Amino acid sequence: MRIRIHGGRVIDPASGHDAVAEVWVEDGQILSLGRAPRGLKADDTFDASGLVVAPGFVDLGSHLREPGFEHKATIEREARAAAAGGFTSICATPDTQPVVDNAAVVEHIVKRAKAARGARVLVLGALTVGLDGQLLSEMHALNAAGVVGLTNLDRAIKDTVVLKHALAYAASAELTVFLQPEDYWLGRQGQIHEGAVSTRLGIPGIPSAAEVIAVQRDLTLAAAVQARVHFSRISAAESVKPIADARRRGQAVSADVSLAHLSFTVDDIGHYDPNFHVRPPLRAASDRSALRKAVKAGAIDAISAGHEPHDGDAKAAPFGVTEPGMSTLDTFLPALLAQVAAGAFDLPTALAAASTRPHQILGRDGGRLTPGSVADLTLFDPACRWQANGETLHSSGLNTPYLNQTLTGRVVATLVGGQWAYRNFSPV
Amino acid sequence: MAKLPANEVLKECVDGEMAMSAADIQLDDQGRLRHFIAIEGLPRALLTQILDNAERFAPVGDRTVKKVPLLRGRTVANLFFEPSTRTRTTFDLAAKRLSADVLNLNIEASSTKKGESLADTLRNLEAMQCDMFVVRHQVSGAAHFIAQQVAPYISVINGGDGRHEHPTQGMLDAFTIRRHKQDFTRLKIAIVGDVAHSRVARSNIQALKILGVPDLRVVGPKTLIPPAIDAMGVTVYDDLDEGIRDCDVVITLRLQQERMQSALLPSAHEYFREYGLTADRMRLAAPDAIVMHPGPINRGVEIDSAVADGAQSVILQQVTYGIAVRMAVMAMILGSQAQAGAA
Repeated sequence: MRIRIHGGRVIDPASGHDAVAEVWVEDGQILSLGRAPRGLKADDTFDASGLVVAPGFVDLGSHLREPGFEHKATIEREARAAAAGGFTSICATPDTQPVVDNAAVVEHIVKRAKAARGARVLVLGALTVGLDGQLLSEMHALNAAGVVGLTNLDRAIKDTVVLKHALAYAASAELTVFLQPEDYWLGRQGQIHEGAVSTRLGIPGIPSAAEVIAVQRDLTLAAAVQARVHFSRISAAESVKPIADARRRGQAVSADVSLAHLSFTVDDIGHYDPNFHVRPPLRAASDRSALRKAVKAGAIDAISAGHEPHDGDAKAAPFGVTEPGMSTLDTFLPALLAQVAAGAFDLPTALAAASTRPHQILGRDGGRLTPGSVADLTLFDPACRWQANGETLHSSGLNTPYLNQTLTGRVVATLVGGQWAYRNFSPV
Repeated sequence: MAKLPANEVLKECVDGEMAMSAADIQLDDQGRLRHFIAIEGLPRALLTQILDNAERFAPVGDRTVKKVPLLRGRTVANLFFEPSTRTRTTFDLAAKRLSADVLNLNIEASSTKKGESLADTLRNLEAMQCDMFVVRHQVSGAAHFIAQQVAPYISVINGGDGRHEHPTQGMLDAFTIRRHKQDFTRLKIAIVGDVAHSRVARSNIQALKILGVPDLRVVGPKTLIPPAIDAMGVTVYDDLDEGIRDCDVVITLRLQQERMQSALLPSAHEYFREYGLTADRMRLAAPDAIVMHPGPINRGVEIDSAVADGAQSVILQQVTYGIAVRMAVMAMILGSQAQAGAA
C-alpha cells in the first residue's frame, strides 16, 4: 500500500520543514517528504489542499476507563475518538478495575485496543499495587508486557520511603516514572486552586505549594537513585524553574502541561461549573501565562490532552462531590490552534509539543516525517468551523466546557502506521 | 438577560457565552427574586427591599395571632441535608406565620445514606408538588446546583451551603445592624474568628459591602482567615485589639470544636485569651458598639458570658429578626411567582 498525500502544508517540527509538499507513505513508513519518488505510482492519493499535514499527536495520559468503568467509556470508542481528534498514539492510564499493576491487564488492554483500529494504545503501568502507594508493582513483568512507563497518577504517595524505593526499582527496570506531583497532605482536602476564588466560593483550596514541594522532593529523590522521571500536568508557575534547573544539571527529567491548564484558569469555574473540576486544579491567570511561556521556551516539553471521559452522573452534583476530569481528545486540535491564535506560541512549537517531544519522552519512533519513520500522520483543516455537540464528538465523555460551542480547526484524516484510522469527508 | 429554564441556564453557562453571575440564576427577567442562593452579586436596591419588607413583617410576631394569609395554600419544604435546629425552626416559623404548609425533611438521616443521588432525591421531592425548597447542605454550591436542577415552578432558598453562603443569616444580620445603626455608609464593622470555615462570614461580607459599609474588617489568626480574602473588600487583622478598635459593630463567629484537632489552633484556652471577646476588650470598640453572634455561642471560647449577656449584646434580637427576614424573602419570592403566574 503506497499513499500519496499532496497539496497540503507539511509541517515537520523535527526537521523544521514548513511548506506545501508531497508526502509519500509505503509499508507503514514515511517514504519521502517534499518530492515524488521517481517512477513510483500511488495506490491511494489524498488531496490535502488547504490542510496541514503533521506528525500525529500523542496523549501522555488518557483515562480509557476499561476494564471496570465501561459506563464511562470503552477502549474501542476512545481509541477511535483519539484518531478522530488527530492522535496516533495515546497512553492509557492504569486507574482501571482491576488496576494495571500486572501483565494480564496490560495484555487485555492491548488486545482490546488492537480490535478498535483507532489510535495506537500504549499502556502506563501502576507504580504501586492497586495505586495504593504502599507496595511496589511487578515492574519487570509490566515492562515485559510492554508498558511505556509507570505512574501513580493523582494518588499521591504519602510515604517518601515508598516513593524513593519505587523510583529506584523503576530505574533498575529501566522504566520512566510519570509523576503527577502533589504533596498528599496539602492536596488532600482541596478541590480548586487556593486563592480568591476558593475563598469566595467556600471550596477548600489546593495551594500551589502542594505541587512545588512535590516537584522539588521528587527531583531530589530521582537524582539520588538516578531514575528517569516525567512530570505530568504541571499546573503552577513555580514548578517550571526547578524542573528547568534540574535538566540543566543533566538530570533525566521531562514535563508536560495539559492543554486545559493552558486554556483555562480558576476563574472559569464561575459559580461551581463542574466541567472545570480537574486535578491538578486550574490555577491563576499568572500561572497560565507562565506555563504558556514555558512551552514556548521548551522548559515544558509537551502538551498533553489528559483525557478523562465521564458519564453524566459523575458531574451532576454539587461541585465538591463531582468527579474531576475533562473529556479532551475531540477538542484538542481546536484548543491547540486557539493557543496559537492567541499568540502563546507558533504552530510548529505547538505541533512539536503535541507530537515530536512526547514521542521522544516515550522513546518511540514517530513525531517526525523523516523517511523511514513510522507513518503516523494527522491532516487537519485549520480554518474549518464546527460545533461540538453529541453528534460531532466521538468520545463517550461529553464532560467538556466546549459543548455546544463553535470551534475552529478540524481533523480531516489520521494515518496510524500507514493505515487510515480516521477519514472524514475525504476525497479519495 | 432573558430568563431561561434552569437547564438552559446550565447550557448557556457551559457555552461560556454568558458569564454566569450568582445574580443571573436568582433574579427573573423583571429583576425580582426567584431563588435566594447567595448575596453575592445582588443589587443594593434589592437588599434594601428585603430589609424594608422585613420591617413590615416584624410586628406580626408581636401580635396575639401571629399569622398573615399571604402564602395560604403554598407548600414550603425544609430540606436539611445537615443537622440544624435553630435555622430550621426559624424557617419553619416564618413559613407558618405566612400561612404556608410546611414539610420538614431531615434528609441527612434517610436517602443519602442509602446511596440515593442528590439529583434523584430532588426528583422525588419535586413529585410532591412543593412551591419552595429551603435547603441546607454540607457541600459548597449545593443550593446553586439544586436551583439549576429543579422544575421551573420551584424556588430555592439557601439555608447554608458548606462554607459558601448563608444568605438569610447575612440579611438578618444586616437588618439587626440597620435597626441599631441606621446608616451603613458610616460604619466600622469587625467580623471576628473562624472566617475560613464560615458561610455566615461570607454572606455578611457580601451583604455589608453591597450595603455600603466603608470599613469592614476580618479578625483572626492566619489559620482561620482564608487566603486572598482582601479581594472581597475587607481588611485583615490578626490582632483583636487593633481589629475591633473604634468599631460600631463586632460580629463574633462560632468556633467549632473540631478546629482544635486539625492543627488550626493549639487550644480553646489560648484562643479565648487571644481572640475571645471580653468586656475589657469591648472598651476598645466605639462606646455604643453592638455585639452580634450567629449562634449557638461557645461561652468562654469566642465570647465571654459578660459580653454575650451584656447590654451591648443583640444576639437574641438576631434570632427574632431572623423570622421577619425569612418571612420577607419567602413572601417576595412566592409573591413575585404568583404575579408572574397571574400575568
